[in-house]
Amino acid sequence: MAKGKYDLRVYPGFRAITLLCLVILYSPLIVVMVYSFNASPSITNWEGLSLRWYADVFTGPESAKFKSAARNSFVIALIAATVATTIATLSATAILRGGKFRLRTLSFGLISLPLMVPEIVTAVATLIFFNAIGFDRGLLTILLAHIAFCIPFAYLPISARMQGIEATYEQAAMDLYATRRQAFTRVLLPLMAPGIVSGFILAFIVSLDDFIITNFVKGAGVETLPTAIFGAVKQGIKPNIMAISTMLLGVSVVMVTLSWLISRKDRKT
Amino acid sequence: MAGGAATGGSSTSDTYAEARTWLLLPAWVTLGILVLAPVAIMLVYSFLTKEFRGGVIWEFSLGAYDQFFCNRGLFGDEPCSIEWTYIQIFWRSIWQAGAATLLSLAIGFPTAYFIATRPPRQRTLWVFLVTIPYWVNLLIRTVSMKFLLRDEGPLNDFLTGTGLLSEPLAIVNTNFAVQLGLFYSYLPFMVLPIYAAVERYNFALSEAASDLYAPRWTVLRRILLPSVKPGIVAGCILVFVPSLGSFLAPDLLGGARNFMIGSLIEEQFKGNAGNWPFGAAASMILLTMVLIILLIFARQQAKAEG
Amino acid sequence: MKKLVTTAAALALTAGMASAEGKLVIYHWFEYIPQDLLDKFAEEHDVEVVMDTYDSNEALLASLKAGAIGTYDVAVPGDYMVQIMAGEGLLDTIEEGELANKGNIQPEWADPSFDPGRAHSIPYQWGSTSFAVNRDDFDGPIDSTDILFNPPAALSGKINMLDSQGEVMAMAALHMGIPQCSTDREQLKALNAMLQEAKQHWASFNSDTAKEVLVSGDASVGQIYDGFAAKARQEGANIEYAFPKQGYIVWMDNVVLLKDAPNRENALKFMDFLLEPENIAAVTNYARYVAGVDGVGPFLDPELAKQPESNPPADAGKGVFIEVCDQQTQEVYDQIWTNLKK
Repeated sequence: MAKGKYDLRVYPGFRAITLLCLVILYSPLIVVMVYSFNASPSITNWEGLSLRWYADVFTGPESAKFKSAARNSFVIALIAATVATTIATLSATAILRGGKFRLRTLSFGLISLPLMVPEIVTAVATLIFFNAIGFDRGLLTILLAHIAFCIPFAYLPISARMQGIEATYEQAAMDLYATRRQAFTRVLLPLMAPGIVSGFILAFIVSLDDFIITNFVKGAGVETLPTAIFGAVKQGIKPNIMAISTMLLGVSVVMVTLSWLISRKDRKT
Repeated sequence: MAGGAATGGSSTSDTYAEARTWLLLPAWVTLGILVLAPVAIMLVYSFLTKEFRGGVIWEFSLGAYDQFFCNRGLFGDEPCSIEWTYIQIFWRSIWQAGAATLLSLAIGFPTAYFIATRPPRQRTLWVFLVTIPYWVNLLIRTVSMKFLLRDEGPLNDFLTGTGLLSEPLAIVNTNFAVQLGLFYSYLPFMVLPIYAAVERYNFALSEAASDLYAPRWTVLRRILLPSVKPGIVAGCILVFVPSLGSFLAPDLLGGARNFMIGSLIEEQFKGNAGNWPFGAAASMILLTMVLIILLIFARQQAKAEG
Repeated sequence: MKKLVTTAAALALTAGMASAEGKLVIYHWFEYIPQDLLDKFAEEHDVEVVMDTYDSNEALLASLKAGAIGTYDVAVPGDYMVQIMAGEGLLDTIEEGELANKGNIQPEWADPSFDPGRAHSIPYQWGSTSFAVNRDDFDGPIDSTDILFNPPAALSGKINMLDSQGEVMAMAALHMGIPQCSTDREQLKALNAMLQEAKQHWASFNSDTAKEVLVSGDASVGQIYDGFAAKARQEGANIEYAFPKQGYIVWMDNVVLLKDAPNRENALKFMDFLLEPENIAAVTNYARYVAGVDGVGPFLDPELAKQPESNPPADAGKGVFIEVCDQQTQEVYDQIWTNLKK
């Protein structure tokens, strides 16, 4: 491409800004990671390397609270992501493989609605809704709210993947006397697998991360990791919170790496 | 975005046309009950009478909207004049979210462009690098930002320690800190759509312009930018909308000195005020505003696609 | 995938149901009860203790009214909030003889104006709200509320206020020498104007980090509770707690029996438990406030008696409780608060 006097694609300064961008993105996280290994209970003084705050997370006075919060978070994220991914897969099939129909645009709008509505509005609306129908708040209310806002996050990678699969595969299968159901389960779904996995992971992480909506709809004594962290963090940053953050960062990195590897492997085939 | 249309529609078909109603039913039921119905009930609540100290009385009232738009003095007995208090709070939020969006654009565009012009094998790695921080809990990111920026935090220690500055920079509890926090919260939402747009951009266009002696920056402004505009607009919306309703960054980084829309609404349900109809009304006004912005965007997009 | 959903749902259900018997659900302030004490209660009575936290009296009320009533057994509201909650019908009545240790309550706290006859509550801790000043940053006199509302130049822009309408308004009323629930229009206008002026000197509104900002040095002055100030001092902040001559706020937090408590029996056991001097003294030693129960003396940390935060000097102003205003007056104060934070 780069013919002539200079490479048209290169603009001076863009590389520097990209590096600056990465510095801004990573420096707070690195600071937190480094200080999670600080031996001192104070966040301002450095007293040498130690794993005591990691031990504190698992055995300290607040460990029971964090353990139950972590369990709640993972159970909710697992169920919400599973249900949302299922719904998103079915919807994507209808919208992208269902021909042209009147509700098509409207359905797509509805599915992306939770992305468009500011979170605080969704939170307030959900709180009022559960209050108006007299639904007791607890784990179930969190789960229901999470399913709703996970759907668009699961939908995006799934539909992107489905757009890349030619319809001719299924048509070929059906020409060879496969039923429509068989074409769906034996041809489309396996081809869709990478998209479905990314959608699931995206939904899972979004659910794991949500604070605002959870905080509005959670019930008595029910904490998820973000609300438990918020409760602790509002009183000041403590080293054990930094240890939890570092471990959560680890989980997220593993999951994103996994999804990246899957998509890369898929690209090669 | 325009992705589906651009691939020439080869990916859409009517293979499952007969089953589409059943396939869409779960989404409609779930989102109908959990998103549409709550918003409808919220609309109803905004027209109810407030119960002192939280809750509603089932009696029609315009009180919430009156409070929002009408200034009746400190004692509530003067004739209605325009109430600037809440307009000011909305305006501040729009301004803060706008500044954060511009900041994201200023840094996000060059980054996205740079990534999109790497060799294909490197690109995913770069995208990966930019998105990882987003997967750390938003709270933790905001709090780490505060920790880093504090008067006696690592950044100021570094600046004063190396002699670059004699006095620490006072960033925390300022508007700039809030903008920085919002920028940090939503930057990947800016980078990804622009990246996708630039990746699809046909550089032959740039080359043609260059062959006609257009200088490099003119090529950027006149050829490249218009072609990737949908990506830029999408990125701006994805940063602007969540920034508008956020309350973590103003609360933690701004010192809660001034209400933003998010904290104003939260206060009606969780804090001092306990005025549910007003909180519902403010949410409806915010929602209307966002939907109007999106509608304008959608119409422009449709126009652009002809 | 269907199988996965059912398995996961079953998992969630069992997780929720694992502890239906012998439970106590406490709704409490953060950092206000030692975990050891909760463990002790859990062990003595073979009860599973669950605790959820809130960060202001108003947040407690809002949450209960938004539908959380019926899920908690006990909560720990401040004095004026007990009165409000009773008025809202959120409290259950403790019948005569239901609390074996009721006699342990100190006589002066046995019949408080906010809960006559202790029909719904028992004392938890009491203390004061005033402000603390970092002595490294300022060495002048601090016996006046001017430090908060009309500070010397050295402290301007370095002040943290509590993000709590009741506490800020009561302190402002003391500063101006007007009643807390004033209906006098001139006084209210002056109050509004004074707060607008004072805000220019304030860096932040934080309740949860009121202690943290003083310890880290982010603020030089902080409106704060006495026990929090004592803790901040223990954590190394060179701060002094002020008893202004205009007066300061006195409060008492109380354990209340909530209406529709799912575990009423255990709630009463817990209240009896906290009326035992040894147990409530453990709270005092932890939170650095004062208990309202007889006979705690021998169990207290000797340092506590000497701590400056609990010993007002002779020339200190009067301590006052926060008052509950009627709806019409309250709406004016709400308006002033919104004006302040807009």
